[in-house]
Amino acid sequence: MITVIPPVPTKTDEYFWQGVRESRLLARRCVGCGALQHPPAPMCPHCQSLDFTVEELSGHGIIHSWIVSRHPSVPDSDSRIVALIDLKEGIRMVSNITAESGTQVRTGMAVRVTFEQFGDVTLPQFVIDEEVAS
Amino acid sequence: MGDTAKAAIVGVGQTEFSKDSGRSELQLAAEAVKAAIDDAGLQPADIDGFVTFTQDENDELDIMRSVGIPRTRWVSRTSFGGSGSAATVQQAAAAVISGMADAVVIYRAFNERSGQRFGQPAQIQLAPLNLYLPFGLDTPAKMYSLWFQRYMDTYGLSNADFGLYSVQARTYAATNPRAWFYERPITLDDHQNSRWIVEPILRLLDCCQESDGGVALVVTTDQRARDLRHPVVRIAAATHGNLIHGSTLFNYFHPDIARFAEAESVAEQLYATAGLAPADIDVAMLYENFSPVVFYQLEAFGFCGRGEAKDFIADGNIALDGATPVNTHGGLLGEGYIHGVNNIIEGVRQLRGTAANQVGGARNALVAAGLSGMILTAD
Repeated sequence: MITVIPPVPTKTDEYFWQGVRESRLLARRCVGCGALQHPPAPMCPHCQSLDFTVEELSGHGIIHSWIVSRHPSVPDSDSRIVALIDLKEGIRMVSNITAESGTQVRTGMAVRVTFEQFGDVTLPQFVIDEEVAS
Repeated sequence: MGDTAKAAIVGVGQTEFSKDSGRSELQLAAEAVKAAIDDAGLQPADIDGFVTFTQDENDELDIMRSVGIPRTRWVSRTSFGGSGSAATVQQAAAAVISGMADAVVIYRAFNERSGQRFGQPAQIQLAPLNLYLPFGLDTPAKMYSLWFQRYMDTYGLSNADFGLYSVQARTYAATNPRAWFYERPITLDDHQNSRWIVEPILRLLDCCQESDGGVALVVTTDQRARDLRHPVVRIAAATHGNLIHGSTLFNYFHPDIARFAEAESVAEQLYATAGLAPADIDVAMLYENFSPVVFYQLEAFGFCGRGEAKDFIADGNIALDGATPVNTHGGLLGEGYIHGVNNIIEGVRQLRGTAANQVGGARNALVAAGLSGMILTAD
């Protein structure tokens, strides 16, 4: 069993977690210059705009790096694969890879998002995208 | 030479490094500060400034009333934990060169093994963690490993390659009486038989020590240093180099994370300020909370090309008789993890000619903590 440390949404990333609860992977796009932003920040670093729209991402990406998280600890009692995902839209995020036992996870593999419930917490997770892989 | 060369490190002090100091963090700090002042041949009343980490739990006023320092004029703290450790010297140099202080003590002291353990899950409270903790990145080892894996994948390293560094660090520690692992060298088999901490990146023997201990240094002007008791160790350059989209723990967002962009920036500034090149560095202290950080920094500081650290180490270049001896005290893996400030002390000892594993004729020492660094030069 995996015990998840729940996120504590802030004014800056509340939209992200609201989206996750609705099984939607969201990012903010700057109204001023159109740049997509992740991780969230209150101002656009390109044009200093404070105005953003929120849009849903495709959920498709590739694995940039990955680890097996297996430190014997209460918050993370079962092993999980933690990965950096390069999303198709050009932003990078941390998430988990849920793969069948025995699957060899590799950098560069195509993945797509799903949403899983861990107790009270919903998290975006990524699965190997068989359609792209084959 | 830049203006920082007008400042010098004139005193170093420390407690023993252990797993259970048996005394308070404040006592460790006070003992280290007193030892550094004694080493400089100064009195507590000569000290009028402090620099430590934002993370340090020891209050400057508590140290004043413990050590007997009557008045201070400068107090500042460095951000970003151990990665900012070399910036303590930059701040102290700025204070004494500007005349805003005459003699500054740098200190760092804690019980990170017998007290609250630093490497345990979710102890680190550097916000924002929402995007990391829920996914299971709850220890420094995991946080850093997600960065390291890309380097391994890009250049074809296995964990055994990192083991070559660990073996060298423990070889140095084995002949350094101040090291926690004094007289306890390891083999590559020992490394490969140690348990996984983060598979397939880090084994136990790739990780620094959770330690108890205190260290301190005294910085004053180059001019005043000439009247004191030790050979002058000038601060030829010191900087704190941060880049947009960087992070201390989550260095994931630069386009290419198989390189250490911040360390490259620090290297560029240090070499330009000191008027030196990698070949001029006689000995290097490279911060390694985990062994792979040495690989990144060997490349960033120009001791070898990108992806070449593995062969550079395998060929013996960081050993005592190699091209660039690295972490001659045993590093944070072998001596103890006082968040890199003990590395600065080793740099000073090398230039004084008093190190346990002395590099013959060492004149220029690099002390780098990734995001901060300095070059020290013996007169």
